[in-house]
Amino acid sequence: MKVFGAALAFLTVAASAQTSGDLVTLKVQGNVYLITGAGGNIAVQTGDQGVLVVDTGLAEMGDKVVAAIRKLSDKPVQYIINTHVHPDHTGGNDAVRKAGLTYVGANVTGNLTDAGVGAQILAQDNVLKRMSAPTGKQAPTPFGSWPTETFLSGRKQLFFNGEPIEIIHQPAAHTDGDSLVIFRRSDVVVTGDLFVTTSYPFIDVDRGGTIQGEVDALNNIMEIAIPGLQDEGGTYIIPGHGRICDQPDLLEYRDMVTIIRDRIQAAIKKGMSLARVKAAGLTKDYDGRYSAKSGFGTADQFVEAVYNTLSRKK
Amino acid sequence: MKIRAAGLILLVAMGCWGQGPGGYNPIGPGVSLDGNWGPVFHEDAHERGPGPELVNYLGLPITDGARMYGLAWDASRFTIPEHQCEVHIVSYIYRGPYNLRIWEEHDPVSQKLIAIKQYIDNYQQTRTIWMDDHPQPPEAAPHTWMGFSTGKWEGNILTVYTTHLKWGWIRRNGLRHTDQATLTEHFIRHGNHLTHVSILTDPITLTEPLIKTQDLVLRVQNGQTWLYPCEPVVEIERPRGTVPHYLPGENPFLHEFADQYHIPVDAALGGAATAYPEYQSKLKQAGAK
Repeated sequence: MKVFGAALAFLTVAASAQTSGDLVTLKVQGNVYLITGAGGNIAVQTGDQGVLVVDTGLAEMGDKVVAAIRKLSDKPVQYIINTHVHPDHTGGNDAVRKAGLTYVGANVTGNLTDAGVGAQILAQDNVLKRMSAPTGKQAPTPFGSWPTETFLSGRKQLFFNGEPIEIIHQPAAHTDGDSLVIFRRSDVVVTGDLFVTTSYPFIDVDRGGTIQGEVDALNNIMEIAIPGLQDEGGTYIIPGHGRICDQPDLLEYRDMVTIIRDRIQAAIKKGMSLARVKAAGLTKDYDGRYSAKSGFGTADQFVEAVYNTLSRKK
Repeated sequence: MKIRAAGLILLVAMGCWGQGPGGYNPIGPGVSLDGNWGPVFHEDAHERGPGPELVNYLGLPITDGARMYGLAWDASRFTIPEHQCEVHIVSYIYRGPYNLRIWEEHDPVSQKLIAIKQYIDNYQQTRTIWMDDHPQPPEAAPHTWMGFSTGKWEGNILTVYTTHLKWGWIRRNGLRHTDQATLTEHFIRHGNHLTHVSILTDPITLTEPLIKTQDLVLRVQNGQTWLYPCEPVVEIERPRGTVPHYLPGENPFLHEFADQYHIPVDAALGGAATAYPEYQSKLKQAGAK
């Protein structure tokens, strides 16, 4: 729990630097929009049925996020999907949930009076486990922000606003509860922090992340995304942090992560210690672009996470 | 006599208008770049045609990080399907063989110049250089091969500034600039010749701006090949997610270019110093053969 608290504190500080101004909303493609500036990136799908939101930003930005969503649609938020557990992506859950509703019927109506209150929050089951706590213990996050519906198997499917939507679990990658969200008609993939343009991947080893899961997830996104004419556009990718991308952008990142994994794997085979690997400068070609200045996503953290998860005995 | 009278009338008429060809239309800024242009390959022909040698970074002001990136690059990466159709970035595309069509787009009501457009047939790229007050895209907007460009006339020179670039070649032997790079260009017309100056800046891969020039000539005849269809295929069966690269210190071509031209490897590895004439003296002092 202490680690989670520390993570929350950092993410709040780090993200506040980028939220000093107003939120920025961009149309991505089809029915999907991007809201930036509230912490992690937020995707919004709108249509006749209502609003679906992927991730909700930091808790303190909740009201501004709701206001930004209202500028896109006055219809109710029916679904929130969380790509993973971190508070810069789930912190606004409660505020956005309260701005929505769940349509209920049949024998539910009248029996469970609160069933229709607020939007549903969907996530892979490990997200709920990490946000909640067993009865009698203090949960790390407030009850109102917890997922209301989880899935255990590899994927969950929805059809909303005339669009097929897939939520696909990516095991043991950035965390143990990561999901990709694919808007199949709009042709947009939301990756959460499996892919960011602002730093090296932050592999949260304490929450089940591994380098091999990260590489597998990046290759999965590579196979889902199809570039448009002349290798540009086509499927658009909303990363967890940073700008809108397409497959060639992801390709650079996938290559980088794979190459650094291979280098560290070769160093481990030579019997090099973590300290020696860190001192060897194996990420020097990418540090200028991807090493975060502080906080999550530094070269040091990335090398350590790769080294530790590759060194584990299977 | 009749001819002499007609000439007098013409001279009087021209004097009344007080202008040459162009009539009553006042002269605006800049010159017309419209037309079909083709590159002249007398400059850097070897690099621009068959391509640069492996580990030839001579004369390029690259950072240590960019050099390490280049030394890790294995040309076999071109065989990965996702890399096969990769477009030459705008900071590099004018180095290659191509036809270049330039035209202007005007507001139909005011005839104000909105944009100068370019079509580059290599990779079928259409480029827009905004000449009006087009707003800069947000930071989170996609980056593209041609980037986001705004232009202005500085006398008869079209100066263009470009942001929102993807990663792309500095030299197509493994040296790449990042998506943080920006580009300044000058298009300078001298009659039927066009000089293109590109100034690439990237604090991550370059220690100082990289300046290159290319010349083009106006083509009276239309270009014949205006398309570039590209469809990737699996050329080599590999395990999923394989990225060909050399581990640090294991590039087998490290000495190839240096040995061929009898220069030290340090020179082949580039850096800003190798771009300047004084470097030749330094090499002589070092006893290079």
